[in-house]
Amino acid sequence: MGEQLLQLLFSGLTLGSIYSIIALILVITYKVTGILNLALGEFLVIGALLTVSFKSMGMPLIAASLLAMIVVALLAGVLERLTVNKARGASSLTMLIITIGISISLRGLALLIWGTDTYSLPSFTASGPIMAGGAALNPQSIWVFLLAAATLICVNTFLGRTYWGKAVKASVLSPTGAQLQGINLSTISLAAFVFSGALATAAGICIGPVTMVTYDMGFMLGVKGFIAATIGGLGSISGAVLGGLILGLLEAYSSGLISSGLNDAISIVILLTVLLIRPEGILGTISERKI
Amino acid sequence: MKKIIFKFSGAVIMLVMLIIPLLLNSNYLYGSLIVIGLYAIVVQGLGILMGYAGQVSFGHAAFFGLGAYTAAILTTRFHWPSLLALLAAILLPGIVAALIGRQTLKLRELYLALATLGFGILVHIIFTEGGEITGGPSGISGIPHLGIGSLVLNSDREFYILVWITLVLILLGIRNLVRSRAGRALCAIRESEYAAENAGIDCVTLKLQAFIFSALLTGLAGGLYAFYVTFISPSPFTFHASVQFVLMAVIGGLGTFWGPLLGAVVVVALNEILKELIPLIIPGAGGEYQIIIYGIILVALMIYRPQGLSSIGEFFQSSKKSLVQDGKEVN
Amino acid sequence: MMKRKFKGFTGSMVVALLLAVSLILGGCSSGKSSKAGSETAEPYKVGAVLDISGTSSSLGTPERDTLLMMVDKINAEGGIQGHPIELIIEDNKSDETEAVLAANKLIEKGVLAVLGGSSSGTSMAIIKTVQDAQIPMISLAAASSIVEPVAERQWIFKTAQSDIVMINKIIEYLKKNNMTKIAFMYMNNAYGDNGKKAISAAAPQNGITIVAEEKFDATDNDMTPQLTNVKSSGAQAVVVWAIPPSASILTKNYKDLGLTIPLIHSHGVGNQKFIELAKDAADGVILPIGKLPVADQIADSDPQKAVLTSYINDYQSKYNTAPNSFGGYAADALSLLVKAIEKAGPDHSAIRNELEKTQGLVGVSGVFNMSEQDHNGLSEDSAVLVQIEDGKWKILQ
Repeated sequence: MGEQLLQLLFSGLTLGSIYSIIALILVITYKVTGILNLALGEFLVIGALLTVSFKSMGMPLIAASLLAMIVVALLAGVLERLTVNKARGASSLTMLIITIGISISLRGLALLIWGTDTYSLPSFTASGPIMAGGAALNPQSIWVFLLAAATLICVNTFLGRTYWGKAVKASVLSPTGAQLQGINLSTISLAAFVFSGALATAAGICIGPVTMVTYDMGFMLGVKGFIAATIGGLGSISGAVLGGLILGLLEAYSSGLISSGLNDAISIVILLTVLLIRPEGILGTISERKI
Repeated sequence: MKKIIFKFSGAVIMLVMLIIPLLLNSNYLYGSLIVIGLYAIVVQGLGILMGYAGQVSFGHAAFFGLGAYTAAILTTRFHWPSLLALLAAILLPGIVAALIGRQTLKLRELYLALATLGFGILVHIIFTEGGEITGGPSGISGIPHLGIGSLVLNSDREFYILVWITLVLILLGIRNLVRSRAGRALCAIRESEYAAENAGIDCVTLKLQAFIFSALLTGLAGGLYAFYVTFISPSPFTFHASVQFVLMAVIGGLGTFWGPLLGAVVVVALNEILKELIPLIIPGAGGEYQIIIYGIILVALMIYRPQGLSSIGEFFQSSKKSLVQDGKEVN
Repeated sequence: MMKRKFKGFTGSMVVALLLAVSLILGGCSSGKSSKAGSETAEPYKVGAVLDISGTSSSLGTPERDTLLMMVDKINAEGGIQGHPIELIIEDNKSDETEAVLAANKLIEKGVLAVLGGSSSGTSMAIIKTVQDAQIPMISLAAASSIVEPVAERQWIFKTAQSDIVMINKIIEYLKKNNMTKIAFMYMNNAYGDNGKKAISAAAPQNGITIVAEEKFDATDNDMTPQLTNVKSSGAQAVVVWAIPPSASILTKNYKDLGLTIPLIHSHGVGNQKFIELAKDAADGVILPIGKLPVADQIADSDPQKAVLTSYINDYQSKYNTAPNSFGGYAADALSLLVKAIEKAGPDHSAIRNELEKTQGLVGVSGVFNMSEQDHNGLSEDSAVLVQIEDGKWKILQ
């Protein structure tokens, strides 16, 4: 039993790392632009698929990854200019639907270019699972964690210590005030999207070896990331990571100990409980209510 | 003269929608119009919730499914007469909405969207995990046709007439609702809940009623859907479907009379048109192009005409929303 | 103000009418012209409603490709008794409602029969439409409820083997190796559900107990929680009912956890993709499958050898990749239909009758023997047990 619990812990951490990184990117975009980017899952998938293609053309993994990151970052930037920028000032529902529309188109694009096949990405380290206490941990999940942790640290440092980071914080706290200081909100929004595109690709390359890559997996990942971010608090970056871990562990333990059909149900129930009791999530702060 | 044309154009359109298909007698047309009609009924309900009460719901596919499954289970597992099962299909979602509504509607905007999303997924899981009762992932087949005694609706043509009549009745009902005191109160809530509260409107109850109402309508559509296809499974009742409903409501135009019907027509017709058109423009193109273009059209619509295609009531621009303009009543 | 309202209103109504008109045009484009019997070589219309995009697209795409290839071939050789085949393919996007609309469209265009859907859900959804219109339908999906109860499925046939056929093959293996306790893991969808129903019924009849039953979602990324339960259950073998990628993820997890008991998959993994994704974890996996992937190992004396070889060669040369069993289902459906039309001519009822009388038709999935009670026509002989060795399929003796 002890071994089983430990194994479930490892599985939970593997899942949790995946959800964390997605939630992280979601929250970063949300914090900076106020937009919940539901097309994030699609950025991730296209980034991963591009890497697969570049690699099959003969490039080494690192070069393929970097190239894919650049392409998706550009794509995200172009999309931002064409859509989000044009719709500035629209209601959050409109924005949400715009991102939904983008995700639909991107999914169609992925289907067109890569078809319905599933592709695999190589693990970063070729070794088998790490055995500890009789349970197996997938080493790739450590890489995902490292990515999440690195992102967390970098973003926090950026926001806290650099001029531009403070500009970003200012634009979130008071858009008018920031504009009065000469900060260009539109550029910040563009930068946020470009960044999220590159990061999503990196995430895709990290989790690809675990989940394998199919053109339509972006949606479910996005939803899970969304749920994880809410549990941790939509306004809190560290909350996103926490939420991801909690969600992953929850899923693993309920799959193993109760029934795998119900593990999604349990996650949702937790989500609903969080929403009803503390909608701002575990680490979030209460935002101003609009009159 | 213009006024008279305007007043009756609604009736004329509905009559045209009835007569032309009957003349053409095409099963494909009946089928498409039935689907449009059922979706329009759902979106009418959703429209009251979103367009008038101002609350968003990403979980209405759950009510649709609850209606469909209620009808299916009662007729196949418990051998209820179909009409009674349809009645239950309407009521059950309403009861569920009543139970969860109070708590859920306390949430605002994004969180409400998330909660309804979660609710939708939860219900979908119930359908899938329901074992023998819901037929699990394989669903329920062999649902009997809808009918009373010897009058059975077993052709697309007859079913279309039923759906059309139902739609017209609902449209008339909603028109009365919107013009009534409750309707105005809902608009007030949409504009500003605080102001409405201060004006003495019981926001909590009214929002709940709007929610329940939308669930009742959606349940009706779900029940009818089950009797039409005679086979249901959990797959049509997912988040994707909920998003489609929201899209129809928004594309048609929130807070408008024709919006829901328009939205349903546009979305379904767009799908079918793209299917025919795309292979002509790009030879050999398959469903992928359809998906891409559908998304692009959606985004373009939201950027350039977010208030939807039926533009009475500008939901997304802040200033001019009012029920009385130039001393004359709008609406 | 009134004017503005009027304009907006009119504008929207015009849009609505335009769209409605387009719908009508789209539906009536080819009109209803199933008037057969003229002397000129009028094309025989065959309709197919497939899951080409959406969740079951890995089923629908090879099916579409196979149909296109075969129809081209048949038409190049003169069609059916001089009549060219006009193949009309509709994509139902793996959605049941779309499937109904697509079926209606095909029926209006005057098809002689409907092939499809690719999956059980989309097939079940169009049964009523097809039965009401009294048009024969050949489904490419596996669920036995598609053709049962036969009394309510007179116009419906299917080419994919029922799950029970594959289950029986697996049970053969279990009994031969004296395994009485198994664990059963399955996908939480119609496919997995059907497998579970079949094995839950068949196992006790053969003295086999299912000591652990675990399920997982198609979108799950890690099955180690379920596998840990299996590990501690005392099962002697694990039977899994899933398709890639979940099947591959599970197989990799299986290896990572160091499980040594035999891993038996379903025919759902019978394509090269599974091996590619699971890599060396796939070695040792046992599964029942139609003879297509191991055609080169089938004896020349097997009646299916010729059909299999020619299908593989044709598909490979046209599409540059090996075909899989889904394409095979489509190939068989078309063969059955063509045979029936040859005998019956362009008449719906006659085609249906001929389909039901099919005997000894050698197809890719097996040899079909239909009857009034059996609208699938395949038995255990249509499948073989294979084991994966070094990334290749090897027939298990």
